[in-house]
Amino acid sequence: MDNDQTLIKATNLKKSFGDFVAVREISFTVEKGVCFGFLGPNGAGKTSTIKMIYGASPVTAGDLFVFGLDIKTQARAIKSRIGVCQQENTLDPDLNVLQNFEIFASYFNIDKKTAQDRTMELLHFFALEQRRNSKVAELSGGMVRRLIIARALINQPELLILDEPTIGLDPQSRHQVWDKLEALKQQGLTILLTTHYMDEAASLCDELVIMDNGTILAQGSPQALISKYTGHHIIEVTEPGPDLVKYIQGKDVWQENLGHRLIIYAAEEHDLYRDLCSRFANKDCLLRSASLEDVFLILTGRELRE
Amino acid sequence: MKIDISWRFVRVWQRNLAVYRTSWKINFLPPFLEPLFYLIAFGVGFSGLIGNIRYGTTQVSYVSFIAPALVAINIMNNSFFESTYGSFVRMYYQKTFEAMMATPLNAEEIITGEIVWGATKAVIGTVIMLVVISFFGLVSYPVALLIIPVSFLGGIAFGAVGMCFTALVKTIDLFNLPVFLFVTPMFLFGGTFFPLAGLPVWAQQVALILPLTHLVNVVRALNYGLFNSDVVIGIVYLAVFSLLTMPFALSRMQRRLIK
Repeated sequence: MDNDQTLIKATNLKKSFGDFVAVREISFTVEKGVCFGFLGPNGAGKTSTIKMIYGASPVTAGDLFVFGLDIKTQARAIKSRIGVCQQENTLDPDLNVLQNFEIFASYFNIDKKTAQDRTMELLHFFALEQRRNSKVAELSGGMVRRLIIARALINQPELLILDEPTIGLDPQSRHQVWDKLEALKQQGLTILLTTHYMDEAASLCDELVIMDNGTILAQGSPQALISKYTGHHIIEVTEPGPDLVKYIQGKDVWQENLGHRLIIYAAEEHDLYRDLCSRFANKDCLLRSASLEDVFLILTGRELRE
Repeated sequence: MKIDISWRFVRVWQRNLAVYRTSWKINFLPPFLEPLFYLIAFGVGFSGLIGNIRYGTTQVSYVSFIAPALVAINIMNNSFFESTYGSFVRMYYQKTFEAMMATPLNAEEIITGEIVWGATKAVIGTVIMLVVISFFGLVSYPVALLIIPVSFLGGIAFGAVGMCFTALVKTIDLFNLPVFLFVTPMFLFGGTFFPLAGLPVWAQQVALILPLTHLVNVVRALNYGLFNSDVVIGIVYLAVFSLLTMPFALSRMQRRLIK
């Protein structure tokens, strides 16, 4: 049976909308204290999966336990112990910032005094105290995002669920959100997030799953996934000449020819890079570290998703 | 899906009250001014052309005939428009329900809170209107005080039926259909500005199927200090109407909110 460290356990979890199957019998477990990411292209089934976890969407088939409780029968108890930051701006535009927090707290039956104290603490933590009397419409995208995360913490959740937490934010705001999430992680909070930003997943997540078409393609830490699927280094040649292409094809290396770009998954082969540079004197030959993005593209393909 | 409602729906009601309180001065104006305008227009300007109206075996002035109808119309408008346009904006544009769904609240409680809030607005409007109309000497107390609880029942009936439309419409513009095919005919032909007897028999029968006709009957009788069969029939009608529309509204909204 599960130990105390298991926070979420999904077994053959399935979600379908009529004939369309959004999540195809996936299984995973999330341990206490980790930051767990769902990475995948649009329509991969990430949001459908987390919506089942926070009880907004009924499970079609399979089992889902959160805090050891069955989501099918104890959704209310589970929902009272998690914080959710949805993809869209769900702040209440009819209310100012303080009212947003206090009224949201009332949905959890938190008494007014406690709600007020926690609100001030959270606004302080997210550096938004001076905005406490602002209307939601007056706030920037970055502030709105931080406020939604702050509001999701009003019930002191054991699990924070974030759906695309930095979508549409400028780089400064993204980094500010990441800093705060990092700090929450340090405090021991378990975080579950979906994203299609590789850098976000790589920097925040201890463990992640890559999803596509409703299935889990790979699971592991970002580093483990990179070394498993790509090796550590990649040589990229822009506009490769026919002789270079021919030369490489003669070698026993994993490669991908995209026409205008040749990608060589070269593990530890610094020699190959030097070899290519000296033979073909190609200034458009680049040696770089493999990233999560390479893993992602290998696993999910390069076709556009509509 | 099964219906599961706890007292937590009050939290949704409180949220709406908090918003209402931030602009209460503006919110108080319509129920205050509307009867005033109507009573002046119809009472001073129009009633000279009409004279008295027969009510049962007695005659009443035209102003005292329409005053209770204005209260009934206000009950309908407050709750119907709150649970149609108001709820739709909160659900579709403001994502207010989406935020609530991620808390211990469930869809049934959100919808119940919305409908009860619409009924509460109907009660607030009714109290203000009764005060205004009382200055014209048109209300028979204490029986007329029963109009206040009736306004809550009427508010539930119209709020629930409005919520049924909210569960069904794809876009906010489609509310024009129930407004012009359901609300406006009731407003004009529900025994409001002229007695039902002025209509052909078939139209009277149609009018008696519709909820506003019954609400007008109840409010008018109570306003004159009467507790007659109109009151009993009307209250039973409104209760049954609520008992039918409420579960439909809840299950349809559940289907709409939970995917």
